[in-house]
Amino acid sequence: MAMLRESQIMKIHYITGIAALFVVAVHILMRLIIPFSLSLEYENVIANYHNIPYVLLLESILVLIAIHGFNGLRIILLELRQSKAWEDGVTILTIVAMMAVVAYGTLTIILANGSRF
Amino acid sequence: MTEQIIEKIEKIEKKHKKKETIRSSVVLKVYRANRRAGESVHYDSIEVPVQRWTTVLDALLYAKAYKDKSIGIRYSCRMASCGSCGMKINGIPRLACYTKVSELEGSTITVEPLANFPHIRDLVTDFSQFFSHHRDMRPYIQNDEADIKDRAKLSEFMQSPEDLDKFLQFSYCIKCGLCYSACPTVATDTKFPGPQALSQAYRYFIDNRDAAGKERENIVDDRHGIWRCHFAGSCSSVCPKGVDPALGIQLLRGHLLGFSKNEKKVADLRERPKRD
Amino acid sequence: MEVADRNNREGMKAWLNPGRYGWERASYWLQRLTGVGLLAYFVGHIYETSSLTQGPDAWAAMLELTQTPMGHLILLLVIGMSAYHSANGIRLIFTHGGKGLGKPGRPDYPYDAVSLNYRQKSGIWIALILAATAMLYGASVLFGGE
Repeated sequence: MAMLRESQIMKIHYITGIAALFVVAVHILMRLIIPFSLSLEYENVIANYHNIPYVLLLESILVLIAIHGFNGLRIILLELRQSKAWEDGVTILTIVAMMAVVAYGTLTIILANGSRF
Repeated sequence: MTEQIIEKIEKIEKKHKKKETIRSSVVLKVYRANRRAGESVHYDSIEVPVQRWTTVLDALLYAKAYKDKSIGIRYSCRMASCGSCGMKINGIPRLACYTKVSELEGSTITVEPLANFPHIRDLVTDFSQFFSHHRDMRPYIQNDEADIKDRAKLSEFMQSPEDLDKFLQFSYCIKCGLCYSACPTVATDTKFPGPQALSQAYRYFIDNRDAAGKERENIVDDRHGIWRCHFAGSCSSVCPKGVDPALGIQLLRGHLLGFSKNEKKVADLRERPKRD
Repeated sequence: MEVADRNNREGMKAWLNPGRYGWERASYWLQRLTGVGLLAYFVGHIYETSSLTQGPDAWAAMLELTQTPMGHLILLLVIGMSAYHSANGIRLIFTHGGKGLGKPGRPDYPYDAVSLNYRQKSGIWIALILAATAMLYGASVLFGGE
């Protein structure tokens, strides 16, 4: 995998931030189109997962926020210490964490979507 | 003319509501330590008489002359021109010669060495890393057209007043190190060049006599380069010369992000008039 | 880049004392704090919503844990954090590109920095006001009961 330049990583950071803003706003507003407590009922939540556009929205939130958030964490950790071992470790850890969170969340989405409960 | 200038200054001071604390004496709490000799840190409290115009540097030199001649202080011009007397005064990096005792509150003034610089003794710190970060930015004009060996071709670059204004304020940097001391990224990141070096990178980048824009961008486009600036603005808030390093850094970053693609120009050489 | 000496660096203490240098330094500190807080919430949220896949009982157990006054308070904090982080983030995208900071010129007494102007500073205040408003609205929904 070719290493990305820091400027390319930061452009991704800014773009994912802006894009996440829109999709998260929609996600939050979905909790307000029906009374809040009703919106958390099991049946209503599962119904959301059977709605394909909403599923795509959730997946995009997952990916965008994971990239933006873990890149932010990488930046904070890189500023704390600067040995080669630490920098390589931080980079690998944040990429792995990003992928793990996206994988785990996607699994939830797929299972909930295919749910027959 | 003089009256106009005085009026202008009075208007500005009124607007900024600068409070003056008039005292006849003040206690200087001076940080004392000699790391190389293995001395531990302690503070010495020294009372010095002050007048309305006494600066912190005046007070320190009085303390050194009459109370304790072993205080280590670095200073030179006494007029905010050389940048030697940078130190932390009441927790904020300032030039001692440019800070009047009357503009500080309280009966005690705490004086410490600049943070983020390796400490030598008392109020004196080591600037070699600071200067090496500056050197990393290649702080000189790089242009193959500037061939001064061939006197027959000797000419000048065309630079208008507008071109000059794009970088002039950044050239006023006196390398006092106050910005480097205030920066939160420098506080933890040993590879970060600091606001002074990065603003000088911009100073040469935007100077239209320089043709090495791409190379300068590559120097700062690093994991610990310009991207680790987060516009905390502390550098600009402590700069005594109005250099505003934060502005230079964000403008350079604008070029890297593609916000200001069209502004970097390279000057032409003036045509030498033909001799008759 | 040459590695410089860590001697006499302020370290994390510099991050934890945001009141010394004005609004921009405080907003940098808050942006970091809210970013880390939101990341922690994000990971927790992914985990708590995964209880959906284990059936209605698991989901109800999770709701019992989170739909409490403490859970609502945390959610309120998250609402405030996301509103601040987003609004300030947008401000930062502009300022990091050099927009809204003014133009370089010829400094004169009192040598105030052009970049620390009210145009971009007001972005911080707007972000704080938006966060407070969002928290108030969130409190009315979470604690008001519908």
